[in-house]
Amino acid sequence: MTDLESTPKEGTREIVLDVRTQDMEINMGPQHPSTHGVLRVVITADGEIITSARPYVGYIHRCAEKIAECVTYDQFVPYTDRYDYLAAMNNNLGYCLAVEKAAELEVPPRATWIRMICAELNRIGSHLIAFGTYGLDLGAFTPFLYGFREREWMMSLFEKICGARLTYSFMFPGGLANDAPEGWFDEVLRFCDVFDRKWREYDALLTRNKIFIERTRDVGVIPAEMAKAYGLTGPCLRGSGVRFDLRESAPYLFYDRVSFDVPVGQGEMGTVGDCWDRYFVRMAEMLQSTRIIRQCVELCLAETTPGEVMAKKPKTLKIPPTEVYVGVENPRGELGHYLVTDGKDKAFRLKIRGPSFCNLSIIPAILPGTMIADAVAIIGSIDIVLGEVDR
Amino acid sequence: MISALPPAAAIFLAQGTGGESRSLFRDLFGAGSGWGSFASAVLGFAVVFAVASALPVLFTWAERRVSGRMQQRRGPNRVGPFGLVQAVADGVKLMFKEDIIPANAERFLFALAPGLVLAGMIAAFALIPFSERAIVVDAPLGVYLLAALLSLQVLGVVMAGWASNNKWSLLGAMREAAQMVSYEIPMGICLLIGVLSFSTLSLREMSLAQADGWLNVGNWLIFRNPLFAFPAFVVLYVALLANTKRAPFDLPEAESELVSGFHTEYSGIRFSFFFLEEYASMFLVSALAVCMFLGGWNIPFLPGSVVTGSVGAEILAALVLIVKSFALVFVMIWLRWTLPRIRIDQVMNLCYKYLTPIAFVCLIGTCWWELR
Repeated sequence: MTDLESTPKEGTREIVLDVRTQDMEINMGPQHPSTHGVLRVVITADGEIITSARPYVGYIHRCAEKIAECVTYDQFVPYTDRYDYLAAMNNNLGYCLAVEKAAELEVPPRATWIRMICAELNRIGSHLIAFGTYGLDLGAFTPFLYGFREREWMMSLFEKICGARLTYSFMFPGGLANDAPEGWFDEVLRFCDVFDRKWREYDALLTRNKIFIERTRDVGVIPAEMAKAYGLTGPCLRGSGVRFDLRESAPYLFYDRVSFDVPVGQGEMGTVGDCWDRYFVRMAEMLQSTRIIRQCVELCLAETTPGEVMAKKPKTLKIPPTEVYVGVENPRGELGHYLVTDGKDKAFRLKIRGPSFCNLSIIPAILPGTMIADAVAIIGSIDIVLGEVDR
Repeated sequence: MISALPPAAAIFLAQGTGGESRSLFRDLFGAGSGWGSFASAVLGFAVVFAVASALPVLFTWAERRVSGRMQQRRGPNRVGPFGLVQAVADGVKLMFKEDIIPANAERFLFALAPGLVLAGMIAAFALIPFSERAIVVDAPLGVYLLAALLSLQVLGVVMAGWASNNKWSLLGAMREAAQMVSYEIPMGICLLIGVLSFSTLSLREMSLAQADGWLNVGNWLIFRNPLFAFPAFVVLYVALLANTKRAPFDLPEAESELVSGFHTEYSGIRFSFFFLEEYASMFLVSALAVCMFLGGWNIPFLPGSVVTGSVGAEILAALVLIVKSFALVFVMIWLRWTLPRIRIDQVMNLCYKYLTPIAFVCLIGTCWWELR
């Protein structure tokens, strides 16, 4: 408009457009098929191009941190299931490790091995959802059902070990609710073998699909420095080429006793840190998870005997005044629990660092300049769970 | 029934301008008299309406069953044998649902849009030659009229998007307008290749001209002129995919981006019009491609006399055309459940950088081929 309004050059006619244009403000969410829950992003768009984006969160805030101050340590475990409901085992684990560190509980090795197997299985399940819904976001429906086919088996494995399929509450401070049933480890190994074969189907169907690559390469690029500055963790950070995985850099459980790779974004299809890289880091991690599970099962069966999966602890746990921080590598990044105790049977304060919340913070920075279809691709590639953003 | 008027008028007009055209209905009622012409138009409309409503029922069922198999689930299998009546049950449900018009919608345009979209589609059915004589209107300008009727739906979609007073709908309508206007260029050029090869605009005469030849497929356009007509057929198929808003070109609806695109605000019977139109147009454009490039109603390896002449032969011919079209529809279903969606700028790139130049090369090549 400004060019048109300026003084015309000699010999040209002045064109005055008597059209008032303004950017369109669109509410994406809280009810929208591709915001993965009740995320609301207010987008200002010039046609299809986004000029600004502001995320609004808090629609399913359930006061998890406050509840932690009102119930005993064991009673809070079911609430941990519900922040990242796609990776409930990992949430259980993060919370239990924090409490155990504060109370200085000695966890039996068998429980630790089974915890690792469950955490990795749940990582596969969570990444399968990320894979499937990412396909949905980009308009490919079938990968979603392929992903759910394997996730179904993963959930039935959990059902066999703890009876629940989504919110497990299987790990408690000190160990596990129960030991693995007979034959469970064999089925886990069978699952790993089948999964590695099925993974190639995903690769052929979606990962190497020409349209999929065109939709995700060079889209939503997060440079490594920017990723660090925004506090990104998990696949979003590793997708930008930063090799940081708590399982490797600050090993907990027995992660220092198993061998595995940490996949990072290589810019294989375009720029390092684009949507395809973030997506592929998740895909590659699933194969690493089956690798870890195989080693865990082998070591667990070799070194431990069935039976003891719970530490000796008083019925009601009371923790002397102390402060601990424990971060674990969740499927979506670093899940941190900062626990302050005061000698009572309840936490004085529990601060939860949800990876989705921090990862989401980058959206206003990378959405402007992209198209509406890209916004869906970018939000999908960051893979947020709103239950964890809001807690 | 706003939607009933335009197709009836179109059929009537087409018959009026038909001149020496022949069709089953004109034979039945006698071409000369005004009343005969009127009666044949009414009957023709009834038949077209029935076919255009029945085929989508079949195709929705097929789509859901096929996609079910592709996704390792069963698909509808409860209503009727193999779930065949599922689409009818869904249609009845839609009819009885509340018809909601948003408070700030442009009421007249909102109501008109679905009818307009469906009307063009039904009218276009009248132009498809199912056999030598089973054609409602054999207009001398058949291909031209068909292209015109196909482009009528863009008007309805833009109307729906604007009248809904919803930003997502408006974005969907914008995409539809951009996409349709662009893809009509390669589509038109590819249709021109058929017209050039057979020196006629009548789909019936094109089908007739493709009978016999080597192994009785030699006269099919894609085999007659394989160097240029085959790529043209592929280009036409892609352009038709874009024209029917099928995946990977389903940007106007793009449920993961635009909620439901231009029909976000539609419910009940009005929504079912859009739904019907999608599936009817799938068949329509496939039949168009079959008539022009894949030998119409002719059966491979059997001489053309098998499917012309008696009534039985013509029924066979109609079945052959439906089976061939269904093969193309199946590919559409297959693509939809395999491919992700393309972005709007990539849609435009594909059209202007690849399809249009290829179509032009094919057109010039066909000129050379025919003059050779």
